[in-house]
Amino acid sequence: MALLEAKNLSVSFDTSDGIVKAVKNIDFAIAPGECLGIVGESGSGKSQTFLAAMGLLPKNGHASGSVTLNGTEILNLPINKLNSIRGSSMAMIFQDPLTALTPHLKVGEQMQESLGIHQGLSGRKARKHCLDWLDKVRMPEAERRLEQYPHELSGGMRQRVMIAMAMLNNPKLLIADEPTTALDVTVQAEILDLIADLQKNEGTAVALITHDMGVVARMCDRIEVMRYGAYVESGSADDIFYAPKHEYTQRLLSAMPRLDTVQEDRVKIDAEKLLTVNDVKVHFPIAMSKGLFPKKVPLKAVDGVSFDIMAGETLGVVGESGCGKSTLARAVLQLIPPSSGAVSWLGHDLASMPKSELKQYRKDLQIVFQDPLASLDPRMTIADSIAEPLKTFRPDMTVRERKRKVEEMMERVGLEQSMINRYPHELSGGQNQRVGVARAMINKPRLIICDEAVSALDVSIQAQIVALLKELQDEFGMSMIFISHDLSVVRDVSDRIMVLYLGRVVELAHADAIYKDARHPYTKSLISAVPIPDPKIEKSRSRLKIPGELPSPLNPRAALRFLPSKLRAGEMTYIPKLQETTPGHWVAEHDPLDVILAGDPLADQALVS
Amino acid sequence: MISYIIRRLLIAIPTIFILIVASWALMKVAPGGPFASERPIPPVILANLEARYGLDQPEWKQLWDYFYNIVVHFDFGPSFKFKDRDVNDIIAQGFPISLTYGFLSFLAASIVGIGLGVTAAIRHNSWVDYSAVSAGIAAQALPNFIMGPILILIFTLYLGWLPGGGWNGGQWQYLIMPVIALSTSFMGSISRIMRSSMLEVLNSNFIRTARAKGLPERTIIWRHAMKPAMLPVVSYLGPVFVAVLTGSVFVDMYFSTGGLGQAYVNSALQRDYSVLLGVTILYGTLTVTVNLITDLAYAWFDPKIRF
Repeated sequence: MALLEAKNLSVSFDTSDGIVKAVKNIDFAIAPGECLGIVGESGSGKSQTFLAAMGLLPKNGHASGSVTLNGTEILNLPINKLNSIRGSSMAMIFQDPLTALTPHLKVGEQMQESLGIHQGLSGRKARKHCLDWLDKVRMPEAERRLEQYPHELSGGMRQRVMIAMAMLNNPKLLIADEPTTALDVTVQAEILDLIADLQKNEGTAVALITHDMGVVARMCDRIEVMRYGAYVESGSADDIFYAPKHEYTQRLLSAMPRLDTVQEDRVKIDAEKLLTVNDVKVHFPIAMSKGLFPKKVPLKAVDGVSFDIMAGETLGVVGESGCGKSTLARAVLQLIPPSSGAVSWLGHDLASMPKSELKQYRKDLQIVFQDPLASLDPRMTIADSIAEPLKTFRPDMTVRERKRKVEEMMERVGLEQSMINRYPHELSGGQNQRVGVARAMINKPRLIICDEAVSALDVSIQAQIVALLKELQDEFGMSMIFISHDLSVVRDVSDRIMVLYLGRVVELAHADAIYKDARHPYTKSLISAVPIPDPKIEKSRSRLKIPGELPSPLNPRAALRFLPSKLRAGEMTYIPKLQETTPGHWVAEHDPLDVILAGDPLADQALVS
Repeated sequence: MISYIIRRLLIAIPTIFILIVASWALMKVAPGGPFASERPIPPVILANLEARYGLDQPEWKQLWDYFYNIVVHFDFGPSFKFKDRDVNDIIAQGFPISLTYGFLSFLAASIVGIGLGVTAAIRHNSWVDYSAVSAGIAAQALPNFIMGPILILIFTLYLGWLPGGGWNGGQWQYLIMPVIALSTSFMGSISRIMRSSMLEVLNSNFIRTARAKGLPERTIIWRHAMKPAMLPVVSYLGPVFVAVLTGSVFVDMYFSTGGLGQAYVNSALQRDYSVLLGVTILYGTLTVTVNLITDLAYAWFDPKIRF
């Protein structure tokens, strides 16, 4: 018998625009111990389905139909009956571990109250139980965590706490709503492994809601593909990936950039060197000690990065959160003044240039930001936003010429003319990002920096924007610095790729070389952590795990994570050198892999704290 | 934390210093003086008077003497208008009265305001919510100087339940109307801030987590939602606390309570320099202290804030 079964389930919301149906008459079932994947893009209703089952819909949401858990109807139960089921028979974890835990309660307090409610446990017994579970979710230094507040933990650790808390009462079903979307790839891989282990060892059924086909390929037995509130296709993982029937499923799969595809060389790269970045450092002073006049310690966000860009080339920059990739972009454009080092553009040093002179160069140096909505002025129509660079750099243009130019550009990036007087909040994320691209492109710059420009977008929209950028590059021949945490996308667009770790370059090479012949252990672990949307490959792949999560840049030991020999020798300020192993392939100095994996016990402790 | 407090207090010294110099300068710039009147005073008498109060000295000397007396003797000087009374006396007489009904008003405004706001948020979009919101808007819209006469009209003139004014050592009958008149508008604002911030917190992710854990609604509100929802209210309460003490001019006028508010306004109108400055410094110090307490209170409500 099915563990959870939904029949004819619908969810609708009362909004000021009338009733919106988010989920339309769907049926599904989850068997005990299985992992069901629900895939879809934002707004498809995949989360609402399960929020309805948990009784967690907002007040204007209504659910109808039937959801049974072990044969008992649970949809629209009165709140006190519902409260005896949720958190005990079925539990749910959410996307953003940053906000999903109560900020002012200690981890231990939050976990124990769940035990108190459902099992009547308290005091030492409850504490013991919580500790057991924190150990089971492989939380480092579990005992200390009980006394910590959520903000003192990293994102990955918070998600571990969420999972431990959800599992405390041995639920039959764990609903995971985008559990790894906000996490770095290596952390994502560990959390997914953890969930898979729980499924296997505890026999917990898992409902995994995600937009990421790679994640489903790794985790799920069966898959439901959802669009516009209805299931368009369902079947086993193999069916969905190898014989997708529905046109939407096929589109989703083809939109997914894959790490393991071979990339043809697209653009011919001129020999002309556009930009040279030499030993750029960006340090922020951070107050560390207490006392009347606290000592400031430099946080080395970017710590000596050098690279060149040729005309027409795309350089991909990857790294996990906190590695300094966005700071580097800003330092290159002088949006943040670099603490030291030179950025030279066609032989002119941008860093030492007076502001007025720098302004003229900005015409050729443009950037597209991550959050399309937040990076546009909410009080300006999109046409005004696109036209603004023209006003600055082409003051000779008449109003009519400018308008023509904006219309041309809008058409070029795929925005309809009818939108010309719209405001950013009236457009979708993808459309806003097109505005951002149009604004950056309108003066035909020679270099565009895309700082996580597609990260906030759905896969299919992401594919469209990436395609647009490539087309524009073919047409105008500009160079690009493409920054992303998503290795698959970077691989898709880049000629060369630079891997950053805590503000330093660990590997820089041709895109294919990075993926086929990664030399640095950090690069290897990043690549092995990226899920590939192919169940057979994905389930047979082994991962390279480097102990610990991405540590704090304030920790001096962290910088030498891949050189434990130097740590042991006490050379704390040693800077790993970049070495050219084969022509064009630069790798930072590191110890052999087994030495790193064996680790420095001292370093390990320092890393997790 | 201790070093933070010390640092804040060190910053408070120049702040209050600037406050004194600025208000002193403003007073000097304004036309007129304590002894200007419709009937011209003979120049000899005027000169004598000015010499008596040190007004014949150069400006910097006046300011210096003023500072010296405050710092060394804690003496704010004599009143320019009331013979034989000095500023310390006037403050000592009026401030306890202002403090009493001001503090009670503060308590009433925050307790009732927070209670109303939380209730409205929990019963969002129900008649409870709507009436709490309407009451809040009404309370906020009715200025205190209208509340005063209305209260006197009803409770003293029509019903005859309460005395229409006076202080009488702060007996409860004499306190009720001043406290109601002073607290209602703040009560309205507090309830509205509390309601909207509680609504926001109740829609946040960690409340959804708490619900998913199967916690009863009562636990969710008190244990999980209350502290973060209080943050915006706390930052508003600081200025309110100072305002109920400073904004009590009309209470003193309508209810003849004899608090500091009236003395303050009169001193400004009559150019009683020393009283005006003395009370300004008192309020300034109070504001700085309350702001410090507010910031420290933040750390209790939000563990992310550490000093």
